[in-house]
Amino acid sequence: MSGHVFHPGHDELHGITVVVTGASGKSYLGRWHEKGNRGVVMKNVAIHDPSAGPTLDEWLAKQAKFGIASTEKMYIVPTEEFAEVRLFAS
Amino acid sequence: MAYPEMMVKPMRDEVTRLGVTELRTVESVDQALGDQHGTALVFVNSVCGCAAGGARPALAKALTANTKKPTHLYTVFAGQDLDATSRARSYFGEYQPSSPSAVLLKDGEVVRFVHRHEIEGRSPDQIAGELLKAFESHCA
Repeated sequence: MSGHVFHPGHDELHGITVVVTGASGKSYLGRWHEKGNRGVVMKNVAIHDPSAGPTLDEWLAKQAKFGIASTEKMYIVPTEEFAEVRLFAS
Repeated sequence: MAYPEMMVKPMRDEVTRLGVTELRTVESVDQALGDQHGTALVFVNSVCGCAAGGARPALAKALTANTKKPTHLYTVFAGQDLDATSRARSYFGEYQPSSPSAVLLKDGEVVRFVHRHEIEGRSPDQIAGELLKAFESHCA
């Protein structure tokens, strides 16, 4: 990370593509917008559900190569669901 | 939502002054990318901060470096020239829309797609490095 904040007034992750791990086991891949009272607001989000389809690593590898197949223009990960966040880009 | 042209023009100029041909119509995209042979770079321009701080400066660094280059250089402007951008994306196969981004095609097939998530938070030198690696691998 360069430390560059895209828009003044936002936190350092604003505008950056991240993987949010949920307490439910789901993962949320998209651009971090902000963390507020209701949870983490993300944009252009794809969601991995471990109960169906490929493993998380396989799914992330596909998203990294072909781009993020977002299904949600905007998504709020509720505070109680938010477990951790990491950058998507290696 | 498209931004006023007077605001966007400098962003277009930053790319076209590098010798990159801007494609603003569906017809021009088809003419450029249809039945395409050799290598072509399509730079998907954007008004966002990571285009200004990362992608466009990186493109300039990569195209002025003394290395192999794509045969053809094109750009479309996402969010501004909607039809042309959509048509350009139709040539990118199963790759998802991403802006800004840089797409290297060889004989009509995508051989390297530098997505927005590879641009965000990275320096122009780092991004240019990715482009130069792709040029080295795929361009004559």
